[in-house]
Amino acid sequence: MNILYDERIDGELKSFEKSDIIADLQQSVPSLTLLHREEDLHPFECDGLAAYRVLPMLVALPETLDQVQTLLKRCHALGVPVVTRGAGTGLSGGALPLERGVLLVMSRFKKILAIDPDARVARLQPGVRNLAISEAAAPYGLYYAPDPSSQIACSIGGNVAENAGGVHCLKYGLTVHNVMRVDIITIEGERMTLGSEALDAPGFDLLALMNGSEGMLGVVTEITVKLLPKPETAKVLMASFDDVEKAGRAVGDIIAAGIIPGGLEMMDKLAIQAAEDFVKAGYPVEAEAILLCELDGVEADVDDDCQTVRKVLEEAGATNIQLARDEAERARFWAGRKNAFPAVGRMSPDYYCMDGTIPRRELPRVLKGIAALSQESGLPVANVFHAGDGNMHPLILFDANREGELALAEEVGGKILELCVAAGGSITGEHGVGREKINQMCSQFQADEISLFHALKAAFDPDGLLNPGKNIPTLARCAEFGAMHVHNNELPHPELPRF
Amino acid sequence: MTETATLNADQDIADALCAQVGRAYAERTPLRIVGANTRGFYGLPVDGEPLEMAGHTGIVSYDPIELVVTVRAGTRISDLEDRLAENHQMLAFEPPRFGPASTIGGAVATGLSGPRRPWAGAVRDFVLGTRVINQEGKLLRFGGEVMKNVAGYDMSRLMVGAQGTLGVLTDISFKVLPQPAASHSLKLSLPLDAALNKLAELGRKPLPITAAAWHAGELFLRLEGGKSSVNATRERLGGEEISADLWRELRDLEHAFFTQNNDKALWRLSLPPNTPALPLDIAERDIFYDWAGSQRFIKTSLDADTLRKACQQAGGHATCYTPAALGGAQAPFTPLNPVVEKYHRQLKAQLDGHGIFNPGRLYAAF
Repeated sequence: MNILYDERIDGELKSFEKSDIIADLQQSVPSLTLLHREEDLHPFECDGLAAYRVLPMLVALPETLDQVQTLLKRCHALGVPVVTRGAGTGLSGGALPLERGVLLVMSRFKKILAIDPDARVARLQPGVRNLAISEAAAPYGLYYAPDPSSQIACSIGGNVAENAGGVHCLKYGLTVHNVMRVDIITIEGERMTLGSEALDAPGFDLLALMNGSEGMLGVVTEITVKLLPKPETAKVLMASFDDVEKAGRAVGDIIAAGIIPGGLEMMDKLAIQAAEDFVKAGYPVEAEAILLCELDGVEADVDDDCQTVRKVLEEAGATNIQLARDEAERARFWAGRKNAFPAVGRMSPDYYCMDGTIPRRELPRVLKGIAALSQESGLPVANVFHAGDGNMHPLILFDANREGELALAEEVGGKILELCVAAGGSITGEHGVGREKINQMCSQFQADEISLFHALKAAFDPDGLLNPGKNIPTLARCAEFGAMHVHNNELPHPELPRF
Repeated sequence: MTETATLNADQDIADALCAQVGRAYAERTPLRIVGANTRGFYGLPVDGEPLEMAGHTGIVSYDPIELVVTVRAGTRISDLEDRLAENHQMLAFEPPRFGPASTIGGAVATGLSGPRRPWAGAVRDFVLGTRVINQEGKLLRFGGEVMKNVAGYDMSRLMVGAQGTLGVLTDISFKVLPQPAASHSLKLSLPLDAALNKLAELGRKPLPITAAAWHAGELFLRLEGGKSSVNATRERLGGEEISADLWRELRDLEHAFFTQNNDKALWRLSLPPNTPALPLDIAERDIFYDWAGSQRFIKTSLDADTLRKACQQAGGHATCYTPAALGGAQAPFTPLNPVVEKYHRQLKAQLDGHGIFNPGRLYAAF
């Protein structure tokens, strides 16, 4: 798709002179670091979705909340759009800058403000890295549960904005389930606390609304998360299958046995081979699919559950089942899965990662559909799958240097998402809509639902200055692009790239 | 495969509900959304034409292997829980029932959760998707029947606890969980301070505790999980075994604490974990600690401001369960700070421009 903000369909933006805005902001927030020379702006031109790049007009790097507050007030008064960015690891272009907007970078707010082991909460600035929370909580035997694969680098503010997930969501939930309180600053520069350190707060659940709102409703300035006691033990079983469908059914059988694994991941042949080549995880390269099943909790229960799961896997037709013998082997099994994306990246100049979710029972049908799309387009697809919670990450392999292949990959990706929607699922499980999936929103939602989203947005940001062009498409966009997606199969020459 | 419900009470009246909302919007007539009316006490009375939800019943789809159930709002909680129990599953948030007819729609609209809440999560944590009638009488769908879904704003969770003031909930999809394999309830004789210290200490360990309450010198605990861990923890904690009925009585406000000596107003205090006893003049027998101390029911004649100030200083809030007409506070819910209230009003104005959805139910002003 055309990644540039398109005023014709994304909505009009106010016109102004860059030099006037710089002068105004320098005068109203003199202590604020503002970058405006082209060479300084380049490092911020994209987030984790590196295929989409736009130079922002200005980059603001505040260090105090007063600076953020004044900056937002001025931008509101001037009608200047603001795109908020954390660590920039997002995969849906949610922090893609605007040519005529300010990029508000929150990465200097890195302090862990407090860890209270008795109340089991941590109070954090938005730039704190996800993994740093668990590291700081570890001395108390506690940790922060959501663990997106980018957890070394991604920051908690961005996790809230995207409602980030990870490999342990089925049992421990997404970000929204683990955040107790956020402080935000509105586009008008007001400070507001949502949620509480108690387990609920009066009024509407605006805290839930803020999670996953992709920087469209306010700027998150402080977060209180809950910490959990570290499970006493965690064990991993790896099962091989000669058939993807059998592996898919085994997932349902484990759940039917009354077990909620800490993690339940599936990889197909291409992903297994890529991971094995890359990290030598000890994966069976001849298998059509593997399941990794992590059971965690109290030692005695985990041992019982391991036996149950082993039996279920045997009955489901697993050709081989291995229990990681020690912590080193467990780490190796996971290393293959956690490095699946870069491993696939070694096989191909570029890859495009999708993030659809489906009811698990639809897995065989959707995998067949993906295989057909892969064959039709000639682009290989590796499948990595949070099987426990139905979240698929098909990786489409392509070469951006070949004429039209990026567009073809995007088209295949769009069709995969429509398969997910048709199966009763969603276009995004954890990566967010951002700019990337803005058109697919039109196949997931009806016009009246999209209108209601716009009404929600208008309650917080009536002028549409926070992250315009992301998350929720305009109805004009759906009229122009949405129809193409809904009726894709009826289009003549589906093989042609469409910009 | 998805099973289709065959309950006698399986009835889809969404079209009629939409038509009534559409008329109310056109005529600007306020609606009072009502299921079994067992939660009428929880909030301000609404003056409006009844929108009867109790006839919108039945389980729309339930696939135990997916851990997802979709149910119409007027379905009785007991019918839903019975159906889940046939498959050894449950609603982990333990929705309170304030009468046998209590509906699941009312449970979601009020957003109240039972004793397992601090460990398992609240109602909103288990809501995956909803169907909602908007102000124009159109039936919209948000979220879905999948565990992870971050497409669009989380309208479904916003509906939880909004008591119908932002739209009418017609169908709800929940994440369900397997029932625990083993369960054991016990009590220990401990004074309050020692009990709170004990709870803080236990809370830092990965123990299978799923309910913790304290009242009148006794700490009550429920252990749930695998047989091995429940047995081991039981041996470690000792104490005297008690009936699990306590948790139901506490959940549904049917314990003698709630049903006897009701000359004072009943309040629910929600406080951060590990908050010590508040510096208020309340007799110990008039306090029932739940949620390991995070939820406290009190019976008091103290005025709302005194109570709320003490809660606020501790980082929490207070809700009055006794209606004003029966001597409770004029404002059942803690007033919002001005900025938060501004955004509540703007949200209400956007989603319910004519004020037809349960006006004044949460706060008199909107």
